[in-house]
Amino acid sequence: MSIKLDSKIPSGSVGSKWTKYRQEMKLVNPANKRKFTVIVVGTGLAGASAAATLGELGYNVKAFCFQDSPRRAHSIAAQGGINAAKNYRNDGDSVYRLFYDTIKGGDFRAREANVHRLAEVSVSIIDQCVAQGVPFAREYGGLLDNRSFGGAQVSRTFYARGQTGQQLLIGAYQALERQIHLGTVEMHPRTEMLDVVMVDGHAKGIITRDLVTGKIEAHAGNAVVLATGGYGNVFYLSTNAKGCNVTATWRAHKKGALFANPCYTQIHPTCIPVSGDHQSKLTLMSESLRNDGRVWVPKQAKDCGKTASSISDSDRDYYLERKYPSYGNLAPRDIASRAAKQVCDEGRGVGPGGRGVYLDFSASINRLGEDKIRERYGNLFDMYERITGENAYQQPMRIYPAIHYTMGGLWVDYELMSNLPGLFVIGEANFSDHGANRLGASALMQGLADGYFVLPQTIGGYFASGKGGAPSTDHDEFKKALSEIQTKTSKLLSIKGKRTVTDFHRELGKLMWDNVGMGRTQASLKQALERIPQIRNEFWENVNVLGGNDELNPALEYAGRVADFLEFAELLTYDALQREESCGGHFREEYQTEDGEALRQDDKYAYVAAWEFKGVDQFPELHKESLVYEEVHMTQRSYK
Amino acid sequence: MNLTLRVWRQKNSITSGQFVEYAAKDISPDMSFLEMLDVVNEGLILSGEEQIAFDHDCREGICGMCSLVINGKPHGALPATTTCQLHMRFFKDGDTITIEPWRASAFPVIKDLVVDRTAFDRIIQSGGYVSVSTGGAPDGNAIPIPKEDADKAFDAAACIGCGACVAACKNASAMLFVSAKVSHLSLLPQGKVEETRRVLNMIGQMDAEGFGNCTNIGSCEAACPKEISLDNIARMNRLYAKALLKNKLS
Amino acid sequence: MAASAESLQRISAAGLMLQLWRSSLGKKYVMAITGLMLFGFVVVHMIGNLQFFGDATLINEYAESLKSKPPILWGARFGLLAAAMLHITAAIQLAHSNRRARPVGYDGGKVVASTLANRTIIVSGLTVFAFIVFHLAHFTIGWVNADLLKLTDAAGHHDVRGMMIAGFSNPLVSIFYVVSVGLLCLHLSHGVASIFQSLGLRSKKTEANLKKLALVAAIILFFGFCAIPIAVMADLIK
Repeated sequence: MSIKLDSKIPSGSVGSKWTKYRQEMKLVNPANKRKFTVIVVGTGLAGASAAATLGELGYNVKAFCFQDSPRRAHSIAAQGGINAAKNYRNDGDSVYRLFYDTIKGGDFRAREANVHRLAEVSVSIIDQCVAQGVPFAREYGGLLDNRSFGGAQVSRTFYARGQTGQQLLIGAYQALERQIHLGTVEMHPRTEMLDVVMVDGHAKGIITRDLVTGKIEAHAGNAVVLATGGYGNVFYLSTNAKGCNVTATWRAHKKGALFANPCYTQIHPTCIPVSGDHQSKLTLMSESLRNDGRVWVPKQAKDCGKTASSISDSDRDYYLERKYPSYGNLAPRDIASRAAKQVCDEGRGVGPGGRGVYLDFSASINRLGEDKIRERYGNLFDMYERITGENAYQQPMRIYPAIHYTMGGLWVDYELMSNLPGLFVIGEANFSDHGANRLGASALMQGLADGYFVLPQTIGGYFASGKGGAPSTDHDEFKKALSEIQTKTSKLLSIKGKRTVTDFHRELGKLMWDNVGMGRTQASLKQALERIPQIRNEFWENVNVLGGNDELNPALEYAGRVADFLEFAELLTYDALQREESCGGHFREEYQTEDGEALRQDDKYAYVAAWEFKGVDQFPELHKESLVYEEVHMTQRSYK
Repeated sequence: MNLTLRVWRQKNSITSGQFVEYAAKDISPDMSFLEMLDVVNEGLILSGEEQIAFDHDCREGICGMCSLVINGKPHGALPATTTCQLHMRFFKDGDTITIEPWRASAFPVIKDLVVDRTAFDRIIQSGGYVSVSTGGAPDGNAIPIPKEDADKAFDAAACIGCGACVAACKNASAMLFVSAKVSHLSLLPQGKVEETRRVLNMIGQMDAEGFGNCTNIGSCEAACPKEISLDNIARMNRLYAKALLKNKLS
Repeated sequence: MAASAESLQRISAAGLMLQLWRSSLGKKYVMAITGLMLFGFVVVHMIGNLQFFGDATLINEYAESLKSKPPILWGARFGLLAAAMLHITAAIQLAHSNRRARPVGYDGGKVVASTLANRTIIVSGLTVFAFIVFHLAHFTIGWVNADLLKLTDAAGHHDVRGMMIAGFSNPLVSIFYVVSVGLLCLHLSHGVASIFQSLGLRSKKTEANLKKLALVAAIILFFGFCAIPIAVMADLIK
């Protein structure tokens, strides 16, 4: 079967495509909507907003999440804010400018039409959230406050203190709970999706495990929507929640859905460094700290053991200020991250394990006073002290980059449908809007754009096309999928080896971080490709999963997720290996300018790499979707 | 450091549980409380014993999934801190730590330290929202909201729904949780519209779930990792009376 | 189903009372309002009692004036009785549902915040109730010593003052009285502040003052009531 990638981008100028699409799309008769069952997996910003909106439209929705409540998905942890081209500040912002900034920020590896649509609907998101009662920050006049975020030249970021993600998710969660109450959405918390069921080439249901009773069940629907987030936990340590996993998207991939650009992973420069082997996750510190902190390491490796205060100013290397005189400490995320890795690789890192750099506030404290700094960042300094036991007013903070967001995901067309008819993918789980690098405050925007405004419209086109028949779970494909999952579960429980699941995950994560992390080389990637199958094989022979299937069994849940990471890691590495250029979050050390900046190869790699699964241990097949830029011209980013 | 843990183990919701003692050895003061439990669990698995089940997810104090009553205090003794953000440097070498699940009839134990908190979701379902469907919302700046009101609404909306208030209350009352949501929405003009039915329905559902009554002591406020204020309860008491009368008179 | 879920049913006045009684918050209003009535009575009662220290016939005349208006007297008596009954019934029902809501305690330590007054609110309430029964039997109905009600003063009024002196001359009666009043005041030191919270009249700003108010009221009441038996026992009053 040969796959033809059709992105279904409407014709016309980029600014008119979404309007044109909506004018021409087929509609479902309101009375017929309740006859269509939509399965939504994941209840973060994208999933909760989609499930609620589909319910409001009259569809029959079944929603699933592995947490105990839909309110807990990891969208909740987003701190900074959400972008929207409202131009409330009269500072020259526009839909076009947000579109352009997002394309450029993504290093010209995103699809123009999708990004323009994102910028267009961004304004409606804010209106919708305000109407739901999201307590955005306001000015004394009572109007919404904005700030500039992530180096943007306009103030277009709406925020709710440092907890914007939480407030937006609670808004979507409340809308979802309202639909549950009205009976349009049936909610299944503590339920994990384990497979997609394909009937006659269409996605018609899923297989789940009830995490409390262990019961493996089949659910049939007319379409399946995956809103299951990113795969950052393939690196073991990341800023993702512990439960975040690739299972839903990976198992859909194994059923034929193409996985696009998995090598685009975003590193966040300001996280609290690892303190020891026990480390289970990394905590992000808001990037705003770089406004008042100076980043440095000792000039000489021999000084690294000394206390910061005993190193004189002339022995310190303020490397960001030195390398990037105009942007200095505010250099973009990927650049600041790589610079930190470089100085640590040179042996000049500070703190336990030598993987950390100083973020020093003493100059700002001397200039503005401690009170001013406390007023601006008090909660962050408190959090830092809670975690490290160090007082950052008296000694510099230690920071180090960490995996934060993944731009890659399942391939989708303009309608957010994967190459498998009836399987839709939204939010971080798809690949479409951020290219090779995501700008700050854009993740929340994309999740809600997909869930509130795009998917609920495009999915109707699929149903109206008449291909939406729903087979019952009695169909043979469901029975087959059920028994496959049961076999896999029994297998995991029967190995009874000598190593824990965590142990394997940690080993995989370290390999991925060292070889496929911030700086990738052909040699490091090939080494990883040799090692990953070895770890995977050992996992299936030597993992120890205790307990039974018919009960709450966190070890079993985790084992299934790590098993998928062990397969997915290989795909991520293949993708990084084939992309012989550096762009955004993907940095191949062979491809850099003389100054160490990312060097794109637009003539060869201006495409989306969409991978087709060919079997575990088999090389996947690469399909390319060319990126055609009608509106913007590709340029080199420069932050000197 | 070395510690002794007394952990509540319970196979499922039907069987009865008991405390089991475990030694936690070579614990680093830099570990979070949950990382300490991870280490203990690793050891248990290697010795052939099933790991201790506990709820957790984001591990940065915002998702509200982690719970645990540590030495009698929900989320431990450190104020304004969730269990996942509590670090072992707050304990002393040789300490004995008792770890129990949230205790409330409305939060039945599922296994070990994991409880069922879906009662909170059902309370939200009964009215904890503004009834607006997607689309058709007026411009975000159409209704100015005084900064003070927006800030107060935010203070109430900061609730993470973890249930520590119920766990701390000797009556397992959910008043702090419910009043935080009622306050958040009532303090904003968008939420004011449905205030009457929201207050009546949410309190009706709260009672139906079998939570206890508020006796105005304030354990909930003291245990809340997000420092939600008792003022919200007073506000809800006021709004409930208003709602009853309004519903009667109109 | 969708329509009923988002709309409310209108209710009658009786329905409102029933809804009030059935809901946890409504029952707390009943507790607060009846508590306020009983507190008001206790304050008035103390002021009345303190006339004991005035002119020898002052309190007797005061008692006579109360008895001269039977509709008011009996209205007040029935009102207070009803308030007390509602207060006690609501308290018992609330305590029962509280126990059902939280049947298992913690092994690892005590509840986060509590004071002696709120931990003992049920015990102090029940003891005070027992005392009231005795107190009424003693000084109002005369079951303990019927002769006490037959005392008269020079003006022919019932000699309340003499009755109090005779009654409190018994050390057991006085000790029981002082202990009970002590518990009552402990009860009120939490209860009075609680009235404001239950009726939604408390805020962070007023909290400290309300707590002080409750404490000061409790202390004044304690000394106001106990002054009489102490004075009698110490032989200061003949």
